[in-house]
Amino acid sequence: MAAVVELRGARKRFGAVEAVKGVDLAIGTGELVALLGPNGAGKTTSISLMLGLRRPTAGEARLFGLDPEDRRARSRCGVMLQESGTTGVLTVREIVDLFRAYYPSPLPAGRAIELAGLEAKTRARIGSLSGGERQRLYFALAVCGDPEALFLDEPTVGMDVEARRGVLESIRALSASGKTIVLTTHYLEEADQLAHRIVVIDHGVVIADATPHEIKSRIPSKRVNFSVETAVGEATFSGLPVRNLEVADHRVRLLSNEPETVLRALFERGVVLHDLEVTGADLEEAFLSMTRRA
Amino acid sequence: MTTAPAAPLVTMFLAQTRSELLMRWRVPAFSVTNLVLPIVFFTFFGLPVAHLVRGGVSIGAYLLASFGAYAVGNVMVYGFGIGVANERGMKIDRLMRASPLPPMVFMLAKVVTALVFAVVALVLLIAFGIVVGGIHQTPGVWATIITRLLAGSLPFIALGFAIGYWSGPHAAPALANLIYLPLSFASGLFVPLNQLPAFIQNLAPYLPSYHYAQLAWSALGAGREPLGVSLLWLAGYTALFLTLAVRSYRREERAKFA
Repeated sequence: MAAVVELRGARKRFGAVEAVKGVDLAIGTGELVALLGPNGAGKTTSISLMLGLRRPTAGEARLFGLDPEDRRARSRCGVMLQESGTTGVLTVREIVDLFRAYYPSPLPAGRAIELAGLEAKTRARIGSLSGGERQRLYFALAVCGDPEALFLDEPTVGMDVEARRGVLESIRALSASGKTIVLTTHYLEEADQLAHRIVVIDHGVVIADATPHEIKSRIPSKRVNFSVETAVGEATFSGLPVRNLEVADHRVRLLSNEPETVLRALFERGVVLHDLEVTGADLEEAFLSMTRRA
Repeated sequence: MTTAPAAPLVTMFLAQTRSELLMRWRVPAFSVTNLVLPIVFFTFFGLPVAHLVRGGVSIGAYLLASFGAYAVGNVMVYGFGIGVANERGMKIDRLMRASPLPPMVFMLAKVVTALVFAVVALVLLIAFGIVVGGIHQTPGVWATIITRLLAGSLPFIALGFAIGYWSGPHAAPALANLIYLPLSFASGLFVPLNQLPAFIQNLAPYLPSYHYAQLAWSALGAGREPLGVSLLWLAGYTALFLTLAVRSYRREERAKFA
């Protein structure tokens, strides 16, 4: 059985910049995969390669075992892209009906609109929708054909909390009904809540491909900053689960998944500290620490 | 259970055409410019002289044919020029590209929509001429004019695509006006050629609109060249504009989808 999506040694160069530097990835039927990475990591380019919106400079992309531009492959995919627009003068219902006509056995229009939580806007002109509503409309267009595979590039960008929850709920339900779903996000939390599998991309390469649980244990999720009474050396932290340790003067900065363990150990080692701050780590920073080790 | 691998092309085409018609109808910049402007121009330039007859040809009918040619070209140049440029500006092309809709069906729906608007524009204009201007020709003559103007509109579709792919959403309306209005005027569509300055009369036989209008004028017995010559010129201009359109299209293709 062929994979739904396959990238084999895929590379993509835009002028002087190589956005994707050799990605190997196979996604099977029914998987819910999140491509996670900071902005500019190559997520959108990877999705574009999978969908045939861009041609790989080297390597190969297959969709349902076919050339991604093949209409038979595209008829099995629903797509939600960043940076795509649509006319403002049709109504929500009209454009959903239009996109339904592109697929062999679409969902009822009302069902697609409901999955996107746009029932109240069915008769509204697209031009009158807010940014978040428009984003939900694109979700409706992606699902209305009842495709086997969904490709969602940053699906919840610009949505308010409630809309976001609704769409994540719909994604979960579609996944439970057997759809293959590939989505990109730069929120670890979103990937963690949804996906069975997280593929971490940074600087155009896959730096991790594992379950959310494994990924989380590898990405340091907290930033810990504090000052110390008497100067300490890096040796003070030996054996502790810390990353990106910076000791300068009396300031200490580090990343860790288990800040409680680290602090307890430091107290036990007799370190007196003040101005303690524990915050969620910046994802970008966390990725950098992964890349460095990889 | 086996499902069809793809939706039928006819279903896609009908849905796409319906949407294109709605979109064009709901944008006054298209619907008013396409349907009303030719009638307004005819009211200014044609009605005052509609009752005159020169050399056995009704001046009213001659000018209806002229403005008919203007109207169809207008639908094509504006519809495709500004329409395509706008869609590129809004990045509609990216979403359409990822959908199962074949680009040929997308294009065909646009062409058919433009033809429908052209027919409506012609019928409204001619009805206006008959009712308000008291201009009379046999139904056969009107039918010949309409048919020929639709069939000969290909160079203007190509010109529209060339403008649409070459310019952006902000430049396209200005460019379309800058090209199409002087072209129409210098081809004798607004004012008969023999009333224009000599240098324009000398220039006109090299312009596409001039040969295009011959298709309609000759239906009234007022043509200045054999039909075959007009068609040859139009074919040449189609090739030229199509080349420009394809070059701009390919440039865009390389930048966006390569």
